[in-house]
Amino acid sequence: MKFAVIVFPGSNCDIDMYHAVKDELGAEAEYVWHDAESLDEYDGILLPGGFSYGDYLRSGAVARFSNVMKEVVKAAEAGKPILGVCNGFQILLEAGLLPGAMRRNDSLKFICRTVELKVENNETMFSSAYEKDEVINIPIAHGEGNYYCDEAVLAELKKNNQIVFTYNGTNPNGSLENIAGIVNEKGNVLGMMPHPERAVDELLGGADGLKLFQSIVKQWREAHVVNA
Amino acid sequence: MSLMLEPSPEQLKTQKVYKEMGLSDDEFAMIEKIIGRLPNYTEIGLFSVMWSEHCSYKNSKPVLSKFPTTGEKVLQGPGEGAGIVDIGDGQAVVFKIESHNHPSAIEPYQGAATGVGGIIRDVFSMGARPVALLNSLRFGELDTPRVRYLFKEVVAGIAGYGNCIGIPTVGGEVQFDASYEGNPLVNAMCVGLIDHKDIKKGQAHGVGNTVMYVGAKTGRDGIHGATFASEELTDQSESKRPAVQVGDPFMEKLLLEACLELVQSDALVGIQDMGAAGLTSSSAEMASKAGSGIEMNLDLVPQRETGMTAYEMMLSESQERMLIVVKKGREQEIVDLFSKYGLEAVSVGRVTDDKMLRLTHQGEVVAELPVDALAEDAPVYHKPSNEPEYFREFQVMENEVPAVEDYKETLVKLLQQPTIASKEWVYDQYDYMVRTNTVVSPGSDAAVIRIRGTRKGLAMTTDCNSRYMYLDPETGGKIAVAEAARNIICSGGQPLAITDNLNFGNPEKPEIFWQIEKAADGISEACRTLNTPVIGGNVSLYNETNGTAIYPTPVIGMVGLVDDIDHVTTQSFKAAGDLIYLVGETKDEFGGSELQKMTYGKIFGKAPELDLEKEEKAQQQILKAIRSGLAASAHDVAEGGLAVAAAESLIGSKGLGADIKVKGNATSALFSESQSRFLLSVKKENQEAFESLVDATLIGEVTEAPILYISNEEGQLLAEQVDVLKQAWKGAIPCLLK
Repeated sequence: MKFAVIVFPGSNCDIDMYHAVKDELGAEAEYVWHDAESLDEYDGILLPGGFSYGDYLRSGAVARFSNVMKEVVKAAEAGKPILGVCNGFQILLEAGLLPGAMRRNDSLKFICRTVELKVENNETMFSSAYEKDEVINIPIAHGEGNYYCDEAVLAELKKNNQIVFTYNGTNPNGSLENIAGIVNEKGNVLGMMPHPERAVDELLGGADGLKLFQSIVKQWREAHVVNA
Repeated sequence: MSLMLEPSPEQLKTQKVYKEMGLSDDEFAMIEKIIGRLPNYTEIGLFSVMWSEHCSYKNSKPVLSKFPTTGEKVLQGPGEGAGIVDIGDGQAVVFKIESHNHPSAIEPYQGAATGVGGIIRDVFSMGARPVALLNSLRFGELDTPRVRYLFKEVVAGIAGYGNCIGIPTVGGEVQFDASYEGNPLVNAMCVGLIDHKDIKKGQAHGVGNTVMYVGAKTGRDGIHGATFASEELTDQSESKRPAVQVGDPFMEKLLLEACLELVQSDALVGIQDMGAAGLTSSSAEMASKAGSGIEMNLDLVPQRETGMTAYEMMLSESQERMLIVVKKGREQEIVDLFSKYGLEAVSVGRVTDDKMLRLTHQGEVVAELPVDALAEDAPVYHKPSNEPEYFREFQVMENEVPAVEDYKETLVKLLQQPTIASKEWVYDQYDYMVRTNTVVSPGSDAAVIRIRGTRKGLAMTTDCNSRYMYLDPETGGKIAVAEAARNIICSGGQPLAITDNLNFGNPEKPEIFWQIEKAADGISEACRTLNTPVIGGNVSLYNETNGTAIYPTPVIGMVGLVDDIDHVTTQSFKAAGDLIYLVGETKDEFGGSELQKMTYGKIFGKAPELDLEKEEKAQQQILKAIRSGLAASAHDVAEGGLAVAAAESLIGSKGLGADIKVKGNATSALFSESQSRFLLSVKKENQEAFESLVDATLIGEVTEAPILYISNEEGQLLAEQVDVLKQAWKGAIPCLLK
């Protein structure tokens, strides 16, 4: 399975994502510059964290107009797994691939720390290696992670079981219903504020994020065995 | 048009306009003699910034020459963007610290942010990939709204820049004292990694080669920033707000990536950051270092505003700009490379052989000055030095042990002192994990990052106890270096070298100059004994508000090498049953201590003694024990003494306690700040092996019950739930900020 790590001007967790996939997961990964014309050769798309275009205007608001985003939309329609972390999640919201919006953290401060997440739905291609209700430790690092959507959208999210991760215990940013990560209705686009790619190595404090990447690979393998 | 408004050379002289730019009558006369005519307005502007203390070190040079700056591993000492030390395998570590004190005093967010941006550029202008940031901050007591505002905004500014550019801020220190109330200190340090073959210098070699301007456009911000940094702050300083630059970390991220791609190109000859004094210092210094000259056409300089004069362009300190020299004929490659990142690269001039800096603007030569006169020939002043009265008084005082009635209550109060209390409120705002190499994050003795693809790691810290510095700058200088080294050792690293940021008051006052000299003596001696040469740094003088100086604060930034990442050790106790050892001798030493400050509201007396030979021996014994896997935890005993160190080792542990027995005067045993002391924990099975390596006293045991219990021969001194200590320690700063 081959992953594309999309690099926008101002992305800065691209290297973390790349090494998590390549060194810890053992899958193939390539950096793809924001002006790429095609993502056809990749099986999974990773939108890393950072400050694409300096977060000018709004987080992710400029990046959604990048050339490559047309290809990301195409890949989403084709059912490929697409993971947006932190700024990647913000870009997915701006691009309309996921519903809702981000507000500033309720503390109005940037927050970097490891938090507890609860796996609300382990039946997605991103979470199948976790147990339902499993509590995992994953770092956050953001200033705008306060997820919000209107009541109708929230009802949809709940009805379709689209809320994949919630903050367990203290909610660090004030997000609606403690939401930390959601998938689209089809289940192949996941956006999350916490950084699973920072939790793949015990040396750096924990490896609870690795199962997320393993889930993606597992699903891909199964799909390809079936198709073969 | 605006040229019309500039004074003529004659007016400059008769109306002494140069004085407003910080030049003295004698210096103006020297300039007139060097160039053999009257300088024009632009030229005198160039001299004034290049001859400012900030750029020329004219007041501090005699002191800086005391520092040991060479060593077998030193690849680059002071003089370039940053110093470089070999770490084996063809790799090297690049680092430097720099201050942004005055800008931060009047515009804290941008002042701090651009301080971070500037030091990052110093590191990547050497060709290195910046891998970590640290900082050292000083503020007044948190009891006024102004200080709280400065503190919050400085932290936000550091976070805003570092987080966005994606370099982890992994460590630092924050202290609070009334002497910094009007003049906070904001020192930022950057650490980078480089392969030996990629090392670049800021030199303009090769006559006919092209001088190119890359990065952000030039605006009117930061004009005379270097001059502003070289004078005292007063109530009028607010009017210097335009001398503070505005940062754009996104632009710098692009510039960083483009420059790191550029250093791989053989078209590149030299590269230098446009930092203090912007285009002026970068061009004059690059030519001077290479023995060449530079000719530039200022019409070609990318400008953000219209109608800028030569003077404004040359003195602007707009951020995120670099000056580079490339081989003639290769310019298009450079333009293409930068355009990939959406950045401009513009040919603005060429290298000449006449050792002159020649500037043209709108078809006229607007400045023509010898580069060496600008970069090298600033006068050097040997300022008068005078031992201050207070020092003589303090030296004859007896060591006085403060009276303590309730040891437990005292410990809790000490843990709440802002200088000791948890800095989580601060580092929670810094992304200390980005790039996923941070092995030891903020909060332990030194931060450690791994070097991907190797077994190695880098330990790094910033330190300076300015209370000891004030009481006795020579001893304080030794202690600052020794404490930095203790932090590196406790993390499992061998100290390699230091960078220093000499923050002092007005050097024209003999008592202040004495502090500078003595501090430099102490630092130098410690660096020699501990084998950590000074590979670069920064001098920030005139840190005074309305005539009152800050405590002398020479911040030490130190980097150490961890041979094997398995050696990384932290300060937290690890398991119940482990033995607790104290290394070093405890004396009745409270001069400048946290307990003294808390008890009397002021500091006085002698600073704690430091024997560098003993220090070095203890450090090497402990490092050997750590490298042999014999230490479960290691922590230096610093502010607040043993009781605070023990509490800190417990607070970070996973719900453990400790039973400790001390001897002698209880107050001293618990709270004295005697130097060269360490608190370690050791697994029982390693007792014999550890004791054979380290001269240490067994003082207790880590316990299952989460209580800190300390007793002496006469019985219990204190017993407290670790959770209570933790709440006190963690809650103090957030509470003060409410």
